[in-house]
Amino acid sequence: MSHPPTPERAAPLPMPGRRFVIAVPFGWLTVFFALPFLILLYISFVDMGDGIDPFQPLWDAETGVLRLKYENYWSIFKAQWDGPLFQTLYVEAYARSLLYAAITATLCLVIGYPFAYFIARSAPAVRPALLLLVMLPFWTSFLLRVYAWKGILADAGILNRALMALGVIDEPLHLLYTNVSMLVGMTYVYLPFMVLPLYANLVKMDWRLLEAAYDLGATPWKAFWLVTVPLSKAGIIAGFMLVFIPSVGEFVIPSLLGGPENLMIGRVVWDEMFTANNWPRAAALAVVMIALIVVPLAIYYRYSGERAAH
Amino acid sequence: MTRWLGRHFGKGWLLLVYAFLYAPLLFMIVFSFNSTRQDAVFTGFSLRWYEALLADTKIVNGFFVSLKVALTTGVLSAVLGTFAAFVLVRYRRFWGRTVFSGMVNAPLVMPEVIIGLSLLLLMVGAQNVFGWPQRGMLTIVLGHTLMGMAYAMVVVQSRLLEMDRRIEEAAMDLGARPHQVFFLVTLPNIAPAVLAAFLLSFTLSFDDVVISEFLSGPGVNTLPQVIFGYARRGINPTIYAAATILIAVVTVVIVSYALWVARNTRRREREIAAATRA
Amino acid sequence: MAEPSRAPAERENYLVTEKLVKRFDEALAVDEVSLSVRKGEIFALLGSSGCGKSTLLRMLAGFETPTSGRILLGGQDVAGLPPYERPVNMMFQSYALFPHLDIWENVAFGLKREGLPKAEIDKRVSDMLALVQLSAYARRKPHQLSGGQQQRVALARSLAKRPKLLLLDEPLGALDKKLREQTQFELVNIIEQVGVTCVMVTHDQEEAMTMASRIAVMSKGRVLQIGTPQEMYEFPANRFVADFIGSVNLFDGTLSIDEPDHCAVSTPLGVIHVGHGTTGTVGMPISVAVRPEKIEIAKTRPEGVPCNLFQGRVKEIAYFGSYNSYIVVTPQGQKVKITEANTSRHDLSDITWEDEVWFWWSDTAGVVLRD
Repeated sequence: MSHPPTPERAAPLPMPGRRFVIAVPFGWLTVFFALPFLILLYISFVDMGDGIDPFQPLWDAETGVLRLKYENYWSIFKAQWDGPLFQTLYVEAYARSLLYAAITATLCLVIGYPFAYFIARSAPAVRPALLLLVMLPFWTSFLLRVYAWKGILADAGILNRALMALGVIDEPLHLLYTNVSMLVGMTYVYLPFMVLPLYANLVKMDWRLLEAAYDLGATPWKAFWLVTVPLSKAGIIAGFMLVFIPSVGEFVIPSLLGGPENLMIGRVVWDEMFTANNWPRAAALAVVMIALIVVPLAIYYRYSGERAAH
Repeated sequence: MTRWLGRHFGKGWLLLVYAFLYAPLLFMIVFSFNSTRQDAVFTGFSLRWYEALLADTKIVNGFFVSLKVALTTGVLSAVLGTFAAFVLVRYRRFWGRTVFSGMVNAPLVMPEVIIGLSLLLLMVGAQNVFGWPQRGMLTIVLGHTLMGMAYAMVVVQSRLLEMDRRIEEAAMDLGARPHQVFFLVTLPNIAPAVLAAFLLSFTLSFDDVVISEFLSGPGVNTLPQVIFGYARRGINPTIYAAATILIAVVTVVIVSYALWVARNTRRREREIAAATRA
Repeated sequence: MAEPSRAPAERENYLVTEKLVKRFDEALAVDEVSLSVRKGEIFALLGSSGCGKSTLLRMLAGFETPTSGRILLGGQDVAGLPPYERPVNMMFQSYALFPHLDIWENVAFGLKREGLPKAEIDKRVSDMLALVQLSAYARRKPHQLSGGQQQRVALARSLAKRPKLLLLDEPLGALDKKLREQTQFELVNIIEQVGVTCVMVTHDQEEAMTMASRIAVMSKGRVLQIGTPQEMYEFPANRFVADFIGSVNLFDGTLSIDEPDHCAVSTPLGVIHVGHGTTGTVGMPISVAVRPEKIEIAKTRPEGVPCNLFQGRVKEIAYFGSYNSYIVVTPQGQKVKITEANTSRHDLSDITWEDEVWFWWSDTAGVVLRD
């Protein structure tokens, strides 16, 4: 950049139209983001409908008394009112989702960090081309790419055929509809989401710090762990959360590549909505999901965007 | 030995990961030309799946639905995203800024199931109260725009931060009122970013499954919805044909865009160098 | 240097600020500044960064709203007007040319906002481009021009609307030294040819001295002194101004003689006689400022020097081509800077390091400063 920065203390001009410019996106978001969440909360407390309406109103029109159906919530955690705690299939699904999301994020980190690192370290002339190659699959349909893995990992699919032809295995590996295929699919789809924030972070790093470390006697391996990794902390955490949080509620990949034992919470919500037609229960499940990701969300906000911008 | 490993580890890793990223794409391209339904054996070259693709009315209809939805989403998202980026970059302090920032950025990270579900409840509620909207293309567009706006904002915000603010001040100094400053000076200078934002939201909308499923109405199916339906049932190489066409289109668009940008940058640098020497 | 006759004292005050204040949260950037700028003069705000000059300029342009105070331009209070409604135009330090428009469109931009007829706009733009000698480049884009050319475009653009007040923000800051000298005079010529009242902001005292007809030295939001370059140099009002403009020797001491037309100051060096009076009391702490070029130096004791004759040892010498610069240290430890012009080609003085020398100055060479 060749221009001097605007003086830091420059006060904003009280410009006409400022209110309008703020109001448009703010209004849109309030209606289409904030309001739906409030409705979600509301619905989670109502009773199921009787076939015509998906749900009944929150209060009795005659007596005016609030009819909160807490059962929508506690039935998530307990099968019966006097039954044991945390032994429902819902809790299992939550736990499984969190676990798989964490594994996916870790795999993405392990694969993606060196990848982003080597791109950041490559010659400036080559970097745009390398990044382009990463982005290209991203711009082609993710649904189709997940679909492809179905064909690749099937019992009669190309991977098994190849391995058998090479003599590595005798019988096809049962990969499809297992947690393996699901994790492969999730890692595959979310890898760019890890690579890009990491790359953005690493490419801005001052490599002279590494040289200083070498000068002071550190081996490349040590310098990497003592200098590079801590400095890219913000990128690591942002990337991890960017993969972890959406993975928790992921629906498409488990549907296509997962099996009945890998029931994830996204599928559960879907089934409650469209199969069991129990909208309030689905809403309650969604609210609990939000509660589970609130902390990771806060961490993500902290390590990405405006506050962490170096 | 370790030094050789060390030096080539980087290149090796890059190659492996790229292979991982592109394997499914190559697989689909190859087998879209397969003469049978077989998935692991290439029995012969054939275009039958491409013919089947064009003859499949569900897919063709879905394509046009998706196209309309994505175009609308792209435009809306680009506009709203630009607004949001402008607000966050130019207005340092206003009431509710943190909330605003949180709301704009959230769709980037939130699980789509939550977004889809809550939007569906909103639509149903609105339908009960106002009798409108009916679930269909409009509701899908509204849902996609929420996502698209977040991505659009990120792209435009980045460009706005880079832009020299002094030219806006110069414009005001020369008599341009604030809205004139935006349309005559700011917008032309962020135009590439707005275009990129449009393309990004378009692509995301065209590709979306979950929100479309939650918000679509009877008889309205986007292309991903159709494909998802097929995918749950089994392997269908028609899908591979669709994928190959898509890959070809995307590759051509992206590569030509990249080459065009590179050519422009080089020309610009040459002109600047010539001017400084003169 | 701009001739004083260009802005005679009889000319009316065209731009007047009255107790202008700008406060940012807790910090006071501009502290009750009241200035008068005469019609057609080039007025410089001089100071180091953070002194408030840029904030003051931005208030004149309309990019900052004053916390209190008035800005009168031709009698009209413009302090509340937004920048697009003021008859004021600014030339930015980084030029801020519109990168997406060519030179012609850049210059025409302000005229189009006024809604002038096309023929009028065309005429004015070509006149402006001819004035800055860039007519041949009309269809080029800013990035296709050199830095000096871009500046001329910025100037043409800011003059196109015939503003009542022209503001220059560090006009020579982005240029290298050689270009700077040339551009200084070009700029002044163009501005005077157009006849517009001009306020410029700079941290470079040479720039201010060459271009402006009057200068205001600012520090910490306040104006310390206003005057012509000559007045500022020869008669600085206080230590800050004396030190800021050019180099100066400051001798601290106490006032020993206090007469209407002369005084004397007792310093560790000795008694310094000054040929003008000062308001003060005998015994008060006071300083004498003497410019280096006004001190004479010799190896042998000179004859007939009535006062201000002292001794010291040469510690540093610098040869600048057109003059020599010596640092002489007195037995009391005071460092004195002395410069001597090279008026003839052979060896100026045979003065060299560690020489014991005599130095002196006339009683009219020094100025007494109270703070």
